[in-house]
Amino acid sequence: MGLTDLPGTLIAGVWRQPSGRAALVTLGLIVAVALAGPPFLPDPAAQPDVLGQASLPPGSGHLFGTDPLSRDVLSRVVGGARVSLAVAGLAVLVSVTIGAGVGLVAGYLGGTVDAVLMRLVDAALAIPRLFILLLLLAVWDRIPLGALILIMGTTGWFGTSRLVRGEVLRLKQEAFVTGAEALGAGRARVMFRHLFPNTLGPLLVAATLGVGDVILLEAGLSFLGLGIQPPRPSWGGMIFDAKAELLTAPWTSIFPGLAIAATVLAVNLLGDALSGALDPRQS
Amino acid sequence: MIRWLLLRCLQAAVTLLLVAILLFCLMRLAPGDPLSRVSGEQQLTPGALAHLREQYGLDQPIARQLAVWLAGVVRGDLGTSIEYGRPVTSLIADRLPATLLLGGTALLINFTLGLWLGAVQAVRRGAPVDRWLTAASLAGYATPSFWLGLVLAGLVAVRWRLLPAAGMQNPLLPSDAGPWVRGLDIADHLVLPAATLVIVSIASTMRYQRRAMLEVLPLPYIVAARAKGLAEPVVVRRHAWRNALFPVLTLAGLWLPILATGSVFVESVFAWPGLGSLAAGAVGTRDYPLLMGTALLVSSLIVLGGLLTDVAYGVLDPRIRWA
Repeated sequence: MGLTDLPGTLIAGVWRQPSGRAALVTLGLIVAVALAGPPFLPDPAAQPDVLGQASLPPGSGHLFGTDPLSRDVLSRVVGGARVSLAVAGLAVLVSVTIGAGVGLVAGYLGGTVDAVLMRLVDAALAIPRLFILLLLLAVWDRIPLGALILIMGTTGWFGTSRLVRGEVLRLKQEAFVTGAEALGAGRARVMFRHLFPNTLGPLLVAATLGVGDVILLEAGLSFLGLGIQPPRPSWGGMIFDAKAELLTAPWTSIFPGLAIAATVLAVNLLGDALSGALDPRQS
Repeated sequence: MIRWLLLRCLQAAVTLLLVAILLFCLMRLAPGDPLSRVSGEQQLTPGALAHLREQYGLDQPIARQLAVWLAGVVRGDLGTSIEYGRPVTSLIADRLPATLLLGGTALLINFTLGLWLGAVQAVRRGAPVDRWLTAASLAGYATPSFWLGLVLAGLVAVRWRLLPAAGMQNPLLPSDAGPWVRGLDIADHLVLPAATLVIVSIASTMRYQRRAMLEVLPLPYIVAARAKGLAEPVVVRRHAWRNALFPVLTLAGLWLPILATGSVFVESVFAWPGLGSLAAGAVGTRDYPLLMGTALLVSSLIVLGGLLTDVAYGVLDPRIRWA
């Protein structure tokens, strides 16, 4: 399968599976609302009238109701979607790039480089990512969004590098690689022109599943006050703010919770469908 | 065999050493040093700050600080908590039993329920049961544990008053209560946090079990068992399930990090007096020695878990030793 027709083939392969179709439609809807929704919604940070408009139930002019500070819950959920998806997408881009680079180098060069890199990755994988993030984030008073993305990205590549290294080890002996080497291709050329394109499939699956992980982690960190900073809306932060009103105004925490679960579920189903489309023998 | 065992243990020791070094580097990556935050919040005089720096060894060169930290780790000395003013090891020792109780219970339920449900799915592959179980477990996996915990606590504990919402023991229990009463009280408190952890983590167990069973079911010895007239439940339970169990159990390395992460949120939501809520609290107070200590302990448990499953697998299946 050539590189140019890969996207088309993959989408068709995903669409053929019922769960893949559901995931694509759900994600498409979420992304569309996140991108196009805000102009039609009230300002997520606006507090029109703290007394009269606070904690209104769904309906009543506000589809998802209002929170105790009289802010529109729907616009905050949509605003949270924008931030969550942007952070997750960019962070995964960073981690996949680093992971692919390290995996290619370790797998192709082998020897001491491989041994040293993989021992380090072993150690990094033994520390749960949340604990790494807690250590890195605890120093910030209010973390800028860019720094948060960078930190999420640089802590998520350990597993990916293992995956890519495994693929490279498998591919290294194949004729198209030894052929390129025999024709005098340099190491960098073999790695990036010949090996890298052939790891794209598994890399894409890992990236998709990685997006789900980052959304959950970011929500958790925002819940602990370490992630996205108010007044910027975030799903985790909304749930934390609504803790006290869980029973009196349940809509303030139900909707952001459902938004997280629906998005992560759709992303994970898409990842599964992608891996099914790449390797039809599975599942 | 002995050689392989020694090598594997050596590898685990190297990993642990690297973990300790990595944790130190992570802490020092922070701009300023751990005390700059504390001093900003508590308005310390420069003299007091310098004294604290000296006390925590932060005025020493970095290499020396690393050496001191590693020497301490080897001796089992993880420093002194800034917030509590007590040795980190004794704080951790106080909290560890509660986390082991919660995590152990969750893992036990996860295994028993997950292995059973995964097997059911494999046997009924493609049937509505299979699809619904997959959907339900994946939905649980996608649900944030802190949100699920809050919703369960709100509904089951606060609204319906069926179970306690927070803590591990009822403080109003009479002091002469017997061990049975105390045990039941702890069990009451355990239900909701353990259920939350199981719901968000059972999907992987079910998936691996389902896949392992699907690989075993078409094998010739299953066909032979059926051909000699064994009843289907016997074939499934005695022949297929037992052999599918093996690869699944070695994946414990996968569950430990998930449980450790989940317990930070779940323990915080349910005020469970374990390591997770200790770590979450240490973030709030910027208590670096405590945070590093809990991270080191959790990572050591993960490395140890990986070593044990590898060794068990190597002992039982000689092919692994040479791979």
